[in-house]
Amino acid sequence: MINVRAASLSFNHDGTSRPVLQEISFSIEQHESCAIIGPSGCGKTSLLFLLTGLLQPDSGVIEIADGFRSGTILQNFGLFPWKTVYQNVGLGLVLKGEEQGLIRSRVDHLLTEMGLAGFHSHFPGQLSGGMQQRVALARALAIEPEILYMDEPLSSLDALTRERLQNLLLEIWQKKKITTVLVTHSIEEAVFLGRKIIVLSRRPGRILQIVDNPDAGERGYRRSELFFHRCINLRELLKGEDGGQET
Amino acid sequence: MGRKRDTLLAAVILLLLWQLAAVLIHADALPRPGEVFADAGRKFLDGSLLDDLAISCIRALLGIVLALVTAVPLGLVVGAEEPLRKRLSPFIYLLYPIPHVVLLPLIIILFGIGNLSKIFLISLIVFFQILVTTRDAAKEIHRNYFYSMQTLGATRRQIYRHVILPATMPKVMTALRISVGTAVAILFFVESFATTRGLGYIIMDSWGRADYVSLYTGITCMGMLGFSLYMLLDRLERRICRWNQTN
Repeated sequence: MINVRAASLSFNHDGTSRPVLQEISFSIEQHESCAIIGPSGCGKTSLLFLLTGLLQPDSGVIEIADGFRSGTILQNFGLFPWKTVYQNVGLGLVLKGEEQGLIRSRVDHLLTEMGLAGFHSHFPGQLSGGMQQRVALARALAIEPEILYMDEPLSSLDALTRERLQNLLLEIWQKKKITTVLVTHSIEEAVFLGRKIIVLSRRPGRILQIVDNPDAGERGYRRSELFFHRCINLRELLKGEDGGQET
Repeated sequence: MGRKRDTLLAAVILLLLWQLAAVLIHADALPRPGEVFADAGRKFLDGSLLDDLAISCIRALLGIVLALVTAVPLGLVVGAEEPLRKRLSPFIYLLYPIPHVVLLPLIIILFGIGNLSKIFLISLIVFFQILVTTRDAAKEIHRNYFYSMQTLGATRRQIYRHVILPATMPKVMTALRISVGTAVAILFFVESFATTRGLGYIIMDSWGRADYVSLYTGITCMGMLGFSLYMLLDRLERRICRWNQTN
């Protein structure tokens, strides 16, 4: 469904070109859930931007199967503070020129599903971080995407809210059979949610390894011994790239 | 209610200070508030002041509205479209600092000595204040808002409607508030020539006749005019930028 071959990207800054991503190749099948992890500044977000078409690679090919709708959740500033929860969630449909009745029924349904019923006319600034992320998720889902791209959707949340939303993401992935691509810096999140984990090196980002993680997607996985082993392995893999001092 | 009480309190304190100063200075050039309000009340009741108040109000309002409807669209486009910003910003910087009141002779040649040239001069000066603020506000919109719109498949037109316009509204309202003060100051200037109506004329005429009570009636009315415009803007802002007051 998603096919990336030898994609490279560099940013031009004050006349000098700095490589961000080098020779990235991987593919993601339909209904798969993929996590992209790497040290901060490794180009994870840029990679997601390449997939969503917000950036174009300098070289290489990015193929997304035709005719599939995609929804995207960006890290910050994704919600519009001047729009109510209802207007934010329905925006994608409004932009497509859908009729009011369809927008209303779909948004109402999603808000209920996300536990946001009764918050229609609230502005994002009046909601907690966890609720804001659920609004962002509802907005991405409103257009009924076949692919869902997420850039650190949960990074600003406290541990418990985070875990609850990870379970919600899992439910959505299982129920709606959406192909998901999740960028994260959290090892546990990557292992819990990604059946395929793409590990990037520090900048310029290369693929260090693509880890198969077929047990992701089970609710109890989080507390299993296997889960801890996978986390430890992933941590070892990333440690060499961290560049920080051992303490 | 708290705001109304605070405003009333400020008015009472100002009147007390005025009374105190009038008693201490004890000169014709500073009549007591009692005399001024009696004079204003009498002129209101016999209708002789209403004409002047109305014409001044219309001149100021039309000047501001004319500036608003031209400066905001231009400011948004110049701020949001980078090539346009680079081309046009030097013009703005070269033209903005010129004291536009010196163009009065030219404006009179072009528009005559009637209301049109008075309104035009007010709007010309206010235009630049609104233009610069709007342009800066449009320039400073976080790029993630644009990315979010792109991932939802928005057209440029939709981006203006759903992001650029609402995001800049609070700053536009601030610019408008500043422009009310400017507009009233310019109003006095343009009503001091070639007219026999308006609060500015009343002030200049009373000054010439050394009728200080009448002079202060004019000043007080001008103050009230400005104050009413501020109140109007406050109302408008609370409606338009409801989201901005929620956090």
